[in-house]
Amino acid sequence: MKRNYRIDGLDCAHCAAKMEKNVSKVKGVKEVSINFLTTKMMLDLEEDDLDATIAGIEKAVKDVDPRVTLKRA
Amino acid sequence: MKKRLIRFIISIVLFIAALILYKIMFPAALVLFILTYLLAGYDVIWNALRNIIRGKFFDENFLMSIATIGAFCIGEYMEAAAVMLFFQLGELFQSYAVNKSRKSIAELMDIRPDYANILKDGALVKVDPYDVNPEDVIVIQPGERIPLDGIVLEGASQLDTTALTGESLPREITPGMEIMSGCVNLNGTLTVKVTSLFEESTVSKILDLVENAGNKKSSSENFITKFSLVYTPIVVGLALLLALVPPFILQIETFSFWLERALSFLVVSCPCALVISVPLSFFGGIGGASRAGILVKGSNYLEALAQADTVVWDKTGTLTEGSFKVDKIFPASCSETTLLDFTVHGEAHSSHPISLSLQKAYGKEPDLSRISSSEVISGFGVRAIVDGKEVLVGSEKLMKENDISYSPCDEAGTLCYVAVDKTYAGCIVINDRIKKDAPESISKLRKAGISKNIMLTGDINAVGQKVGKELGMDEIHTELLPHHKVEKVEALLANRSKSRKLVFVGDGINDAPVLARADIGVAMGGLGSDVAIEAADVVIMTDEPSKLATAIRIARKTHLIARQNIIFALLIKIGILILIALGFANMWAAVFADVGVCVLAILNAMRALKISRNN
Repeated sequence: MKRNYRIDGLDCAHCAAKMEKNVSKVKGVKEVSINFLTTKMMLDLEEDDLDATIAGIEKAVKDVDPRVTLKRA
Repeated sequence: MKKRLIRFIISIVLFIAALILYKIMFPAALVLFILTYLLAGYDVIWNALRNIIRGKFFDENFLMSIATIGAFCIGEYMEAAAVMLFFQLGELFQSYAVNKSRKSIAELMDIRPDYANILKDGALVKVDPYDVNPEDVIVIQPGERIPLDGIVLEGASQLDTTALTGESLPREITPGMEIMSGCVNLNGTLTVKVTSLFEESTVSKILDLVENAGNKKSSSENFITKFSLVYTPIVVGLALLLALVPPFILQIETFSFWLERALSFLVVSCPCALVISVPLSFFGGIGGASRAGILVKGSNYLEALAQADTVVWDKTGTLTEGSFKVDKIFPASCSETTLLDFTVHGEAHSSHPISLSLQKAYGKEPDLSRISSSEVISGFGVRAIVDGKEVLVGSEKLMKENDISYSPCDEAGTLCYVAVDKTYAGCIVINDRIKKDAPESISKLRKAGISKNIMLTGDINAVGQKVGKELGMDEIHTELLPHHKVEKVEALLANRSKSRKLVFVGDGINDAPVLARADIGVAMGGLGSDVAIEAADVVIMTDEPSKLATAIRIARKTHLIARQNIIFALLIKIGILILIALGFANMWAAVFADVGVCVLAILNAMRALKISRNN
């Protein structure tokens, strides 16, 4: 399933690259693409265990920059 | 942003004061350097500490802190403070540039309507566009954005379609016309019957396209992302080697001698300039293109467009208007007006596009009371009795069948032979008009470096050849069925060199498979056809084929800017690293390599946004 998030407070370009790399390793993530300029994260996720996947994604993103927040878009 | 700016200015003042005191009162200068350093860099040090606790060492904050603290330890006070200062300058500038381009992208997406005025029991109710259903009636006041696609029931106005098509001339709107969401109603109040849900409306589709444009990344973006992930560890590793190998293993000079150079390495280790400038260039290019009414679905397509050398065109609806018009009238035994009059009435009962084009040329509704009978002779034409006279309208075969001595017409197009009471009256040539900007499109493309323009059409040879030659096509293939077009394009794809790309331009009707097969599928007038928007990689919102040349120009420039940035940043960084290692450059040069390159690359990238303005 496809899901989009806005990453508020994303202000460093290679952080976005690192986040993309981290998120792609989260279990349940089939595909991820982060657009630094629109601050959008586009995800393709497995249907099962969605909550765990999303928690994992949030952690992966905050690991790189704890100041950002994720919002459904 | 403002706070950061003030902080930066105070740091600069402190730094300058320190520079002045440096020679005359060293201890005071030292205190000022430390103050400058702390004011400019406290958050960098804080972030570094936090990251160390979480076991992250290859973070730019950490590297900056090590480099500067190290510099303090070996007595390079001025350098340490300067590095922090310039690092902040770079950050400040970077966020300014990012904000600016984000803002111009937001402007681009500022076509989302906030509300719709729905007409319910005679009263207007303000609702969310999401809550409006097809068949609902909405009212749009002057100055409001059209919230949903629909058909105008009442009212006349002009629409500003700039945001959707890049076309600055307002569009005249009268009852019965379809209007697109996202346009702005300029002067009259319009009552509109909604035809689609908001999710399926033009404005939603376009927003979706623009927002997801960054989804498919170009190979240079992918390269730079991968590169940046290995660049920092490599430079840090080299710095470590530089600090340890020469003094301890090779026994050359002292540890602090090499440490200074190693610390300078760390300053250059941030990949900022590379990582930000390449996507920024592509985003600018995509943004600039959308402003010109060209939607590019991803930076990979923009990159491919830059490498295009062959353009394959569909004819009907792409190069021509796709609607028939009376082109020429050749009367034989009567006046032009009489010939048209008889022809229109002879064909009056037919709903064929040809009949419609005849009526358009005639300029008024046919008087049906003058027609006493009319029959269609399938495959030949029509026989009708008009004003008591027998009128035959149709092909050459119809004339032959009825033993009418006609003079064959050698014009290309659909030919309508007309006979009145068994006497040949003349011939009317009906053609699909070539779009106004079609001829210049081909010459513009040639200038933009497209070496081959090929036209494919399902139309008959005579017509296809005529149109193709008029436009200056290099190759013309006619009488093709849809699957023949796919085969032709596949053959061309197989024969082209790998580094070159093939563009197919079509209107989305019958050619969706070809649009999908070509390296870059370009759909014309995407506002009308969903299939085209789905299948194409690039959508030209206006119906103008000449926009392809604009798109290619934008793509080339964007590609060039991205390449310049990669090469420029890499050369400077590698060059500075070598100079530092050999002792020809100090920490000042390192700061320039880091911040200066970043600033210059961002400035260069921002040029991509401005492309369409000088069109």
